[in-house]
Amino acid sequence: MTPASVQTTDAVPAQAAGTTPVAPHAVEAPVRTVSGYHLPGEGPSTLISVVTVIALLVLWWVATHYGWIRDIFLPRPERIFTSFAEAWKGDIEGGKPLSEHFWWSLYRVFAAFVLACVTAIPAGIAMGVSRIARGIFDPPIEFYRPLPPLAYLPLIVIWFGIEETAKIVLIYLACFAPLAMAARAGVRGVMIEQINAAYSMGASRWQVIWHVVIPAAMPEIFTGMRIAIGFGWTTLVAAEMVAATAGLGQMVLNASNFLRTDVVIMGIVVIGVVAYLFDLLMRYIERLVVPWKGKM
Amino acid sequence: MSKLEVRDLSVHYAGRAGSNTHALSHIDLALDPGDFVVALGASGCGKTTLLSCIAGFMQPSAGEIVLDGRPVIGPGAERGVVFQKHALMPWLNVTENVEFGLRMRGVSRSERRRIAQDKLRLVGLEKFAQSPIYQISGGMQQRVGLARALASDPEVMLMDEPLGALDALTREQIQELILVLWWETRKMFFFITHSVEEALFLATEVVVMTPSPGRIAHRYKVDFGQRFIECRNARKVKSDLQFIALREEILELIHSSRAASELEANAA
Repeated sequence: MTPASVQTTDAVPAQAAGTTPVAPHAVEAPVRTVSGYHLPGEGPSTLISVVTVIALLVLWWVATHYGWIRDIFLPRPERIFTSFAEAWKGDIEGGKPLSEHFWWSLYRVFAAFVLACVTAIPAGIAMGVSRIARGIFDPPIEFYRPLPPLAYLPLIVIWFGIEETAKIVLIYLACFAPLAMAARAGVRGVMIEQINAAYSMGASRWQVIWHVVIPAAMPEIFTGMRIAIGFGWTTLVAAEMVAATAGLGQMVLNASNFLRTDVVIMGIVVIGVVAYLFDLLMRYIERLVVPWKGKM
Repeated sequence: MSKLEVRDLSVHYAGRAGSNTHALSHIDLALDPGDFVVALGASGCGKTTLLSCIAGFMQPSAGEIVLDGRPVIGPGAERGVVFQKHALMPWLNVTENVEFGLRMRGVSRSERRRIAQDKLRLVGLEKFAQSPIYQISGGMQQRVGLARALASDPEVMLMDEPLGALDALTREQIQELILVLWWETRKMFFFITHSVEEALFLATEVVVMTPSPGRIAHRYKVDFGQRFIECRNARKVKSDLQFIALREEILELIHSSRAASELEANAA
């Protein structure tokens, strides 16, 4: 007899199953809540959130149209749109179109982020696999990690001047620590069985690091990248306070000097939307690169 | 003729405050090709420690392990390991997982494809060769684990409770698969479990271990696995009166030794 005789289907794979049989009456009989039994925080909250947002916008509209708040403190909502249109054409203080501010900011954040990725990820992995690297990198990173970037900004200006380098260095430092920490945690979290399995199949120490430890750390590294790019974007405005002539942060600061509150709010909204789009992009790349995350 | 020998093996763990845990005490074992030794015992009896020593993940405090006349001093491809948590690489698909060891040792691409296909056919997974690991069931993942260990063509298969995380029905199917693989390859199998029935069904020799210190309390030579190979009816083998009697005898032995060790612990 062949081994095939014992291979019965012990289960179908999740995807091949396709149409999972649904229990009959699943549609007709929804799960009934039991009165007197509640899990803390159960139930949907989307509707409440939507109502809250609408209420806030209405309050804003009413408060500005009835003159409860002066225009200089909070402009009317529609002013935000017109200031966006003006900024788009470059028709604001400083005279640069919005796209120029946007590209300068994007360039600074991405340059710093890419630099952080190519240095912090190897450093974090080295800290995870080597006690020597851990001993070397641990004190400086642990020292500067909790510092607010604005605290060491003056030092960076003294060292690097007020040109692009200083801005990129500041954002780079903000990205570096969370990335290195995530890479290190990812390496430390690799299942010992996976390492043992590789060794028992004849892999060398370097092969184990390259073919097991690094791929296994990828989900954590991606989480670190998401946090890092968020930190970098947060630090952007601080970086652009240093004698910048363009950039979203500079645009907001410059507008505040002219008491253009509408441009300030518009700039804040643009920065927020771009940050959200970054996060969506990172999540999309994450699904492509580490599709097994959370499934093992 | 290859042979695996464990000679007078002891393992001590240095605990805190100078306490010394005696994980294994004077273990002797000998396996020839075609032997299926199952180490059986409650948790804490040192069976996983014993397997880790044979696999080369752990250095014994005393005694030695010899395979083909050469002492075991670290992990090696001639001893394939199947883990309880299958320990597959989720970034590789089924075939790539089976090929992993061959790739690490520089076997050519076409050669390792051929071997991987052959082993996947043995475990009945040829249809899932390209599937991602995280989309197949637990039973199939463990089959991949078996195929992966077999791909290196090891002399010894070491299995650390490979079926512990599976549901009862899947577990019985994989038990039968393991027996067929053993019968076809005639390799040395060393298997760990805490299920008496599983041990009796698979083994040519059941080694009953008891804790503190971990030692071998009893050895039973059995042939139920071979009976299954002849009749291919697991239910018939497991409901045999001899099988049931032996199962009860071993259960009694484990329970009495546990009661004794608890008494000792209370007295101390």
